[in-house]
Amino acid sequence: MRQYLILVLLLGLLIGVTGWMTSLGKVGIFSVASPMDIVHATIQHLKIVIVAELLAIVVGITIGFLATRKAFRFISPILVGLANIGQTVPTLAFIGIAAALLGMGYTAAVVALFVYATLPIIRNTYAGILSVDPAVKEAARGMGMSNLQVTAQVELPLARPVIVAGIRTSTVINVGTAAIAGMIGAGGLGAIIMTGLAVRVMPIVIQGAAPTAALAIILDALLGGVEDWMTPRGLKVMKQVNYGK
Amino acid sequence: MIKLEHVGKTFADGTEAVKDLTMEIEKGEFCVFLGPSGCGKTTSLKMINRLIPPTTGKIYINGVDTEKLNPNELRRGIGYAIQNIGLFPHRTVGENIATVPMLLGWPKEKRRRRAEELLDLVGLPPDTFIDRYPSELSGGQQQRVGVARCLGADPPVLLMDEPFGAIDPITRSKLQDEFLKIQSKLKKTIVFVTHDINEAIKLADRIALMREGRLVQYADPATLLNSPKDEFVRDFVGADRMLKGLRLIKVKDVMQKPPLTVKVGEDPMAVKARMESENLRWAMLIDEDGRFLGWITRDDLKAGKPIREIVTPPTVTADPDTPLNEALSMMLVSALGTLAVLDERQSLIGVLSFKNIRDVFGEQWDEQQVEVGKEVQ
Repeated sequence: MRQYLILVLLLGLLIGVTGWMTSLGKVGIFSVASPMDIVHATIQHLKIVIVAELLAIVVGITIGFLATRKAFRFISPILVGLANIGQTVPTLAFIGIAAALLGMGYTAAVVALFVYATLPIIRNTYAGILSVDPAVKEAARGMGMSNLQVTAQVELPLARPVIVAGIRTSTVINVGTAAIAGMIGAGGLGAIIMTGLAVRVMPIVIQGAAPTAALAIILDALLGGVEDWMTPRGLKVMKQVNYGK
Repeated sequence: MIKLEHVGKTFADGTEAVKDLTMEIEKGEFCVFLGPSGCGKTTSLKMINRLIPPTTGKIYINGVDTEKLNPNELRRGIGYAIQNIGLFPHRTVGENIATVPMLLGWPKEKRRRRAEELLDLVGLPPDTFIDRYPSELSGGQQQRVGVARCLGADPPVLLMDEPFGAIDPITRSKLQDEFLKIQSKLKKTIVFVTHDINEAIKLADRIALMREGRLVQYADPATLLNSPKDEFVRDFVGADRMLKGLRLIKVKDVMQKPPLTVKVGEDPMAVKARMESENLRWAMLIDEDGRFLGWITRDDLKAGKPIREIVTPPTVTADPDTPLNEALSMMLVSALGTLAVLDERQSLIGVLSFKNIRDVFGEQWDEQQVEVGKEVQ
């Protein structure tokens, strides 16, 4: 309950500050961004994040899942190692490389975000599936489940909370990274921040920064809800029982 | 029912887990694979439902070559329970039990009815347990659900890999007793793996003792204990094998009639006179309904007090189905070294003394004479 209160207060503060800055109209010779500018930038920002994230979910889960299969066991340490090392590379470097290879603009931003967002999903999918108790899998096979049934009815449902947690992490990171993508001309809220910085008008910087923060908070809360909803009830009960001890 | 013919398994790394195993398990028989770790017993079990495909040889179930069947369909027709239970944590107890029925496409109603039936059978009240999750259950309860689950679609054959191995000794013994009761009703063909000789003796109709991938002796528990085939079997069953053999005999098989029963209200002096004439050290006191009240010794009668006041109540009593090993240990704590045997209504039906147990050994000793003689040559 208290958690929600803080969340609402914080969001109110961020939106209020944005509104206040927008209401300034002009700072010196510079006009601040109009409300419509901010709405368009937010939609553009969300578009980059969502497109990159959807691609990352499909590719990340696929790679993470395949890495756990016997046939791919031999390359799984490499895949998971790469995913881990990749996450230590700063986001700015990713965006720079993407811009260098693909040119400035929207496409480069989406590609950079997609690659970076895939890493936590690969890692969590791999760890989630490997963490399924071997005894549970053996029992499933011993009772006559086909490989497909073991995956669909046992491995994936049990790994689901961990996989969704990976998606949540990568989405929140992506909102921030997308702001940096403003530097390579991808638009979005990052473009407003860059403009503000270029002309050294702090209200304009805040007009881009505050909605970015609000977006990250909202998406995190939403995906937290999804995570809870996707966690099988039997696993939640287990958590309570363990905490009870 | 189950026939293994020259079955062998060599793993990819070159380990020969099972070598030329040939044996047959009858319908309705409780067969226990016994042996030290690494003897190939679990591998042998898993070859029956093809979780591990044999490298050589053939396995037939009801005359059908298991190799010719779809492995998933084969497994759905065989109950399977393992030491770590492996209940699905995201499914309720009821759904867990109905796993195979679900795979076989039973309608929902029928699955739930079956789960209720099986929970009843394993002693868990269905109303309390059917909608719970495995993590809310104790280890013993989880294992009961594991047993219920392997009976899910009423398969004729059960494969059980140390199903009671990870449970505390008291619960284990209780589960074993209950499982024997269930088996006496259901008459499944069971293949059961354990490394615990006592468990094997308690449960098995026949024990397959294995060593380094080979079948060493395949016999009923009494034969295994009384005539171990070689030094390995003798060592494995242990130096106390005669004592272990006592488990196989029940009190009702060797108990005798009480030498003298006295009803409450009889005249103490008359009782004393009878005990003296028959040279008895003690007599057993029962009430009007034949319920056992306790022991009376000749010394206690000397004072001439009423019988009610001098009776020594029993510290322990046995029932007719108590195995002799437990009875023997009860006798050691009983003051007189004799044990009253009571039926479920507490009526006295017999008495067990050390002499009765010595007689059992005597018989087995006679059977052994030949073998001992052989060794001397």
